[in-house]
Amino acid sequence: MNSNDLLKEFIDVFYFIVQNMLPVAIPLLLVALGGMFSERSGVINIALEGIMLFGAFFGCLFVYYVQNTGLNPQVILLLGMVIGAISGFIYSLLLSVAAVNLKADQTITGTALNLIIPAGILLFSRMYFNSDGVTTRVRFYISKIPVLGDIPVIGRLFFQNTYITVYIGLLLLVICTIFFYKTRLGLRLRACGEHPHAADSVGINVYRMRHLGVGLSGILGGIGGFFYAVGIMDGNVNGHTGVAGFGFLALAVMIFGQWKPIRIFFAALFFAFFRTLAPSRSLIPFVRDMNINAAYFKMLPYAATMVVLAFTSKKSRAPKAEGIPFDKGQR
Amino acid sequence: MHNESLSKKNVFHLKKITGSKAFSTFTAALLAILLGLVFGFIVMLIASPPNAVPGIFAVLTGGFRRIADVIYYATPIMMTGLAVGFAFKMGLFNIGASGQYTMGMFFAMYAGFFFNLPRGLHWIVCVAMGMLGGLLWGLIPGVFKALLNVNEVITSIMFNYIGMFLVDMWIQTTPGMYVADKARTAYLPASAQMPSLGIPNSGVNISIFIAIAIAILLFIVLSKTTFGYELKATGYNRHASTYAGMNGKRNIILTMAIAGALAGLGGAFAFLAPSSIPGSSVTYEPINVIAPNGFNGIAVALLGNSSPIGIIFSSVFISHIQRGGTQARLFGYEYEIIDVVISVIIYFSAFVMLMQEVAKKALRQLLDSLKRSFGKKGAEKASDAQPAAEIMAEPELSEVEKEGQK
Repeated sequence: MNSNDLLKEFIDVFYFIVQNMLPVAIPLLLVALGGMFSERSGVINIALEGIMLFGAFFGCLFVYYVQNTGLNPQVILLLGMVIGAISGFIYSLLLSVAAVNLKADQTITGTALNLIIPAGILLFSRMYFNSDGVTTRVRFYISKIPVLGDIPVIGRLFFQNTYITVYIGLLLLVICTIFFYKTRLGLRLRACGEHPHAADSVGINVYRMRHLGVGLSGILGGIGGFFYAVGIMDGNVNGHTGVAGFGFLALAVMIFGQWKPIRIFFAALFFAFFRTLAPSRSLIPFVRDMNINAAYFKMLPYAATMVVLAFTSKKSRAPKAEGIPFDKGQR
Repeated sequence: MHNESLSKKNVFHLKKITGSKAFSTFTAALLAILLGLVFGFIVMLIASPPNAVPGIFAVLTGGFRRIADVIYYATPIMMTGLAVGFAFKMGLFNIGASGQYTMGMFFAMYAGFFFNLPRGLHWIVCVAMGMLGGLLWGLIPGVFKALLNVNEVITSIMFNYIGMFLVDMWIQTTPGMYVADKARTAYLPASAQMPSLGIPNSGVNISIFIAIAIAILLFIVLSKTTFGYELKATGYNRHASTYAGMNGKRNIILTMAIAGALAGLGGAFAFLAPSSIPGSSVTYEPINVIAPNGFNGIAVALLGNSSPIGIIFSSVFISHIQRGGTQARLFGYEYEIIDVVISVIIYFSAFVMLMQEVAKKALRQLLDSLKRSFGKKGAEKASDAQPAAEIMAEPELSEVEKEGQK
């Protein structure tokens, strides 16, 4: 093999990794943004894993029932996204009511919400579909976007072999950033996570802000879950593997991103890169030659999380009031 | 309370019992269980209406037909429950019991397959190895928390995944441990299996006694030793305990290590159990799924209010409805119905104590308003009525209690 071939192979691998990385990064990004809204309003949201799976399940269920109607796959995807967002929001109410109104322990509530969904999906899928989840056969995958996909380099990097989830995700990132930093509501939400009593004293309804924060995390979590099902699971959802800890990885992404939207975006790319190494290892020549057990690649995102957290947690910028129920009477 | 002096005479004993903290945590647990079962029943109704009543009946009573199995399956979740509960006492949420359990299982099995030891000693070494494996896996979140300030919840979850992938890989790549045709581990030698209690068709073994002994030991550690006191003090207020000169960092690492060791023992107990069929043993299937017994431990710990003694009973209860869940299959319900019930129980345990407070307050207000509207004479009656109302609230709970203890 001469150096020219090697270079060509290297470029192909690079394209392959970028093309595969983006659909993985988007669910992480959206769910981490959801976690950010929730935590910056003062509620720890460990239930993201469950919210994702809930959104993914109902999104896929919707796809399952409309897949024979001949609708355009991309329209189905958009409608499924709306279904995922609505179901994620509804499910997040279970957390916000418990955490905000009933002042429950947020970690325990979140854990319970994570456990209900896989069991529920297995229960219903086995009874009605005789399988462990919902399997759909709509092709959401886009091999090449017209015009844009023909642009040299950029076209191949960002507009070939992809899903529209990538563009929706980036659009949502922009919207979230603007909402978070440039609107009055965003400022109020952030105040409730830092010093709820100060916020309360200037007339902000802390309870409502926290409901908003958790609700947004439900919407983004539900969308993220459906995008996970579309972009990683090929339109399927399964009660056994669920979303493979992506809700928890998203929490790590959020911490690594220091609870800030743009940083979260780069953190999501970082984690998505590790996640993409597992399926692409057979394509990368020197990794292939090392003959490493596949299990190490599966562990990589989780291990990378720990390494990153070990370095970033000392000077953590966590919202000061997160996890503490707000009690109006307490000073 | 305004009418306390009036009612004191009549209900002194009742008040003493119903007013105690232990009683209210007990009723809170019963309330969470009741809500969990009601929710499970609703799910069953939605899933298949005609079978819902016999189905829930099977869940509630199925365990009585297989008491030995209830005890057998209670042992591992008693250990993971203790692992979660012990860390809870210090304000640490050990969601990593699954990983610690899996690691304990692997260490115990490894010793079972490859240590050549005389009968009678072999299984003891295996159990000790299981404890060591869990301890190592519990130590990691402790070190991360104490020295690097990383939230133990995230660390534990990540190490659940890492531990599961590692163990599955180790098992699949260790010759002599794995039977590739069956995709399961091989049968353990008889000397590595724990002595059976001799009940036919059941794997129940002496580990239940070891587990109960450990629970009692933990109770003593928590209530009678300096370490236990420091642990609880740190759980109440970390800053105050640091100010009082307690070594918070050391205690965090120690607590997590002990919690890990307990979960590891759970893994050892689950897989070193004797088989009712001679020449076989309990086997493990490496399919990249996180051990559910770690999560069941969370439910056990919450229902037992993190008290080691409470956990003994709550683990038996959870095991009881799990066995009942296998019976519900006869009516077309999948076993996962029990996982739904258990997670709903966890959900309600998070704020059921609060609900109780709210209910008590509402009751008190109702009685006060009754008192006002009936004038002075009514006041005495109302004060009598109050403890009566407290009793009134009980029957529905005590029914559940009876069912649970039948």
